[in-house]
Amino acid sequence: MDTDVIEARRPWSGIVPAGHSLSIEDLEGNQAVDCLLYNAADTAERYSAPDTLVGQGSIFLTTGSVLRTSEGRPLMTIVADDVGRHDTIGGACSKESNTLRYGHHTHHQHACVENFLAEGARWGLGKRDLVSNINWFMNVPVEADGTLGIVDGLSAPGYAVTMRAEIDTLVLISNCPQVNNPCNGFDPTPVRVTIAPDA
Amino acid sequence: MTNSGGLTSDGTDTTHAARDHARAQAGGSAEAMPVVPASAWPHPPAGVAANDLVWAETVAGGGYASKVLARGTTLRLTDIAGDACAHVLVFNADQPWERLNVADTVKIPWQAYLGPGHPLLSDQGRVLATLVTDTGGAHDALCGTSPAARNAERYGDGAAGGPTPSGRALFGLAGAKHGLGPRDLPPSVSFFKGVRVGDDGGTLEYHGSVGPGEHVELRAELGVVVLIANVPHPIDPREKYACSALEALAWRGSPTGPHDPLWSSSPELERALCNSDDYARARGI
Repeated sequence: MDTDVIEARRPWSGIVPAGHSLSIEDLEGNQAVDCLLYNAADTAERYSAPDTLVGQGSIFLTTGSVLRTSEGRPLMTIVADDVGRHDTIGGACSKESNTLRYGHHTHHQHACVENFLAEGARWGLGKRDLVSNINWFMNVPVEADGTLGIVDGLSAPGYAVTMRAEIDTLVLISNCPQVNNPCNGFDPTPVRVTIAPDA
Repeated sequence: MTNSGGLTSDGTDTTHAARDHARAQAGGSAEAMPVVPASAWPHPPAGVAANDLVWAETVAGGGYASKVLARGTTLRLTDIAGDACAHVLVFNADQPWERLNVADTVKIPWQAYLGPGHPLLSDQGRVLATLVTDTGGAHDALCGTSPAARNAERYGDGAAGGPTPSGRALFGLAGAKHGLGPRDLPPSVSFFKGVRVGDDGGTLEYHGSVGPGEHVELRAELGVVVLIANVPHPIDPREKYACSALEALAWRGSPTGPHDPLWSSSPELERALCNSDDYARARGI
């Protein structure tokens, strides 16, 4: 078993071998964890939010969700979830999108895309490799008229989500530093990741 | 090996005869083809001078097309027979690592469904194109396009050259014509097949087409590369691979400016258009 605590606002990455599981624990509650997945053997094949949604016919991720690549292939399967719904349509915060959502005064705040770029570079990944991601513990409902938004989270201290790798999977995480919306309860906090042989 | 040839019957046995034969094919027409020059398109849209047309092409179901368009160009996509599905990717023509970001495209306007005034946003906080006209209102920004493996499973084949090509395979070819590879192809949007989230707040519902003749108009707010794959929507429930022809027309124009009511229609869109304008001014385009 291999465990790391990801401090608030920081990135993390690692390879989860096929047949192993990755657990992410929301230590203090209401902490969004932005996440991208890649086929470790060929990172041109990566997580695809649309293919994942099409595969399951619904917009939320929870136990049973198969996280698929842009070629439709399973990367990981969610095997346990204390929360009940996680987002994959809201994307990652960036300095650039902060200017649109909140104004140009937020442009120099830290953001998930900065974490993805910095951590991804360690694996040879660059700007072209960033696509729509998973937001563990983030709550993005869609109203009947199509209105959607990031609202108060459903997670709580100690809640966790666990996924089993179907193939060797490179996992890229940004422990979200956003302070302008409720995704982190306006107070980014640490999370714990654990890689273990699947029980 | 013995030459078993000599089968020709078209008078193409010499270079000169073959050249004459090839040249005699000029002037033909096909259901799906580009018209070049675009000004020769027989039916320019109302109010558009033939000389302002810069792209006129019909794309068969299962076909693809691409174009580099100048800032300010309007692109009209028409579902001619009522069963087209235009999967679209847009890139900044200067720097194609800046490209459509579907997450920001729904998150920034606080709206999951594409409609009039909706921006197609890049990952750099800029509007690549604005959906300025939408007659049908049945589109999708959640489901992306079809991968080859899924088409192989559903229809028996998903290769670009086969009978039931996947959107992903066609984007692969369309992108390659602009030097783009698999890493350059993010999730796409699609027009003319409606998708909605069901009353339970989670289930994806396929609502299909509104009917023949519907069109959308996208105004390029920066110089853009547009890739189009005209293939069935990935959650189209029909067993048969069904997709009819699409028409693409584009004409010169100006980008959205502060005088346009669209500019200030929301604070998020205004800042996004400002960011596009800021880029274009600094870039000198």
